[in-house]
Amino acid sequence: MSRLRASIHASLLLLPAVVLLAAFTHVPAVRTFIGALYTTPRGNRPEVFIGLGNYRHLLDDPVFWQAMANNVWYAALTIPLSVILALVMALAVDARLPGRAALRMAYFTPTVLPMIAVANIWLFFYTPGYGLLDQVLGLFGVAQTNWLGSRDTALNAVIAVAVWKEAGFFMIFYLAALQTIPHDLREAAAIEGASRFTFFRRVTLPLLMPTTLFVLVNAVIGAFRLVDHIVVMTRGGPDNATALLLYYIYEIGFRFWDSAYAATLTTVLLAILAVLAAVQFLFLERRIHYR
Amino acid sequence: MKFFTQVRCGAAALAASLALAVAPASAETTVNMYYPVAVGGPITKIIDKMVADFSAANPDIKVNPIYSGSYQDTITKVVTALKGGNAPEFAVILSTDMFTLIDEDAIVPFEELVSDADKAWLDGFYPGFMLNSRTGGKTWGIPFQRSTIVQYWNKDAFKEAGLDPEVAPKTWDEMVAAAEKLTKRDASGNVTRWGVQIPSSGFPYWLFQALTTQNDVILANEAGTKVTYDDPRVVEALQFWVDLSKKHKVHPEGIVEWGTTPKDFFEGKVAMMWTTTGNLTNVRSNAPFPFGVGMLPAKVRGGSPTGGGNFYIFKNASPEQRKAALAFIKWATAPEQAAAWSIATGYVAVTPAAWETEAMKKYAAEFPAAAVARDQLDVAVAELSTHDNQRVTKALNDGLQAALTGAKEPAQAMKDAQAEADRVLRPFQ
Repeated sequence: MSRLRASIHASLLLLPAVVLLAAFTHVPAVRTFIGALYTTPRGNRPEVFIGLGNYRHLLDDPVFWQAMANNVWYAALTIPLSVILALVMALAVDARLPGRAALRMAYFTPTVLPMIAVANIWLFFYTPGYGLLDQVLGLFGVAQTNWLGSRDTALNAVIAVAVWKEAGFFMIFYLAALQTIPHDLREAAAIEGASRFTFFRRVTLPLLMPTTLFVLVNAVIGAFRLVDHIVVMTRGGPDNATALLLYYIYEIGFRFWDSAYAATLTTVLLAILAVLAAVQFLFLERRIHYR
Repeated sequence: MKFFTQVRCGAAALAASLALAVAPASAETTVNMYYPVAVGGPITKIIDKMVADFSAANPDIKVNPIYSGSYQDTITKVVTALKGGNAPEFAVILSTDMFTLIDEDAIVPFEELVSDADKAWLDGFYPGFMLNSRTGGKTWGIPFQRSTIVQYWNKDAFKEAGLDPEVAPKTWDEMVAAAEKLTKRDASGNVTRWGVQIPSSGFPYWLFQALTTQNDVILANEAGTKVTYDDPRVVEALQFWVDLSKKHKVHPEGIVEWGTTPKDFFEGKVAMMWTTTGNLTNVRSNAPFPFGVGMLPAKVRGGSPTGGGNFYIFKNASPEQRKAALAFIKWATAPEQAAAWSIATGYVAVTPAAWETEAMKKYAAEFPAAAVARDQLDVAVAELSTHDNQRVTKALNDGLQAALTGAKEPAQAMKDAQAEADRVLRPFQ
């Protein structure tokens, strides 16, 4: 009797969270899977079940493949660059430097700014002719570059913005982790005569691995989620050179109102993220030393 | 205790203000209007003043103007609101989104709203603007902030290059020749001033349509179900645009930003630019040198697409609200108001009657450039507009940007764009 009461009690306590999760996460996700199997209803044409028709169309859609390729490149650059940069910055501001607090704040500032504001600032940096970048390069006699308007530079230009924005955020986690490393380890290593590099490689880095996993998971999600600056800076152009998967979903869903195809793309994105998260947790976690 | 007194006072004040807010509503009709801003200048202030003037004359109608971003943002917001059952009563949206709004079953044709006496009002607009407002014998949009593309040139730069500062290039060949003289390079060969700039970010199809019109080809049929992207004359027009930077080297390479092109012009970084007449007032207040405004150069013929936004009235508005919205639209497009709007912004006054008002006559006499766009209306064509318009124009935009950035040859780019457009339009044919 009391056990039944306890379980009712527990269910009731869980109910608010379950309702919220179901209403805003699970039900929409399931509806997305179902919606991907139908055509988009328009005005006087109702939706029709077409099975995997949307997925077949997806395989033939050159913009989808372009967005996928862009996203792979975007992830392949932003993830390692922002994580390494974050670690370097954390090591720098962990040392005893004069003005350390100011430096920490400076590194963290990009994280505090909203992405839309950041994108507008960078839009100015990249403006051909009188943008900051061209003005500085102009001092060295470099001709003006159309950073966002040329296929060769546009994607890397938006990657730079993402790295700039993300690195400060990850730095905070590394900084916190660095401060939990006990000082006597360093003293012990010094007595053993270990060089600073050896200490970093054999002691600091392994102790940072749990943080690295957390940061990596976030970086991977960020690489697929962070598209606000694309909207402001390039709208996916020129000729889809900066179209990322999520931006393409937005475009299909809210510019073309093809909700069924947008649902199909969303399903693919969810599948990719699920696989990546599984890989990270199942494989990386085994190699991580938790204290 | 004090806290509770404060709360109670606050609640009482809130209730009172609610009562105040509710009370007059029974006497007046409230209508929400979404509007975009697509050109430089204090458009929001101008709209607010317009609405205030209208309220003074029509105290029984309350118009809420809601700024809704760019044209692109506006259609997105409107369709989103529509799907949520909360569309505005009326809005200013691109004239080319007509088919999209019809397909969404969102708008009412004006024939259902106007009385017989108003029929003359519907016929009072420039026919060039009505091309994008009518289909299937019905009027779905009323021209408001409409424009065409014109060329602006820097007279000082023309003088410096030994060109007649009062005469703009009249043909493509003349434009290339003038641009070659106007392009200036420093000692190390870097360009300090380009000859000409045709913006290609965001909506390159619109500026490209000027080139195709001049090459005597129309991009879409009237029913909005077919496009002619792979026509040889279209490819030829694109080749010309590409050649401006690749062959003649008088135009910046890659994508030219729409938003910063007027700024480039003010800074003397470009001597001739193609942009909307909607920028006229912006250029007039910001160019630090004398400038000219002319019709676009011709190839086979002269011409430009029209552009800009129309008023649409939405189906979800109640009969009173439709009437109120119509009253505002009629007021805003009446000769005096249309003239004031045109003078404040640079958009083309939408009716011949507006050009007959004293204010407009005086303005055109002082500033003859203002009449260029009107005169160009004689050779203007409908802006590219089809069913599923956003997608069909994106196919063209992608093709254009691919060619301009050198990723594809013009013929291949247009062939791919045609294939994509055909696929999208198949259900409508």
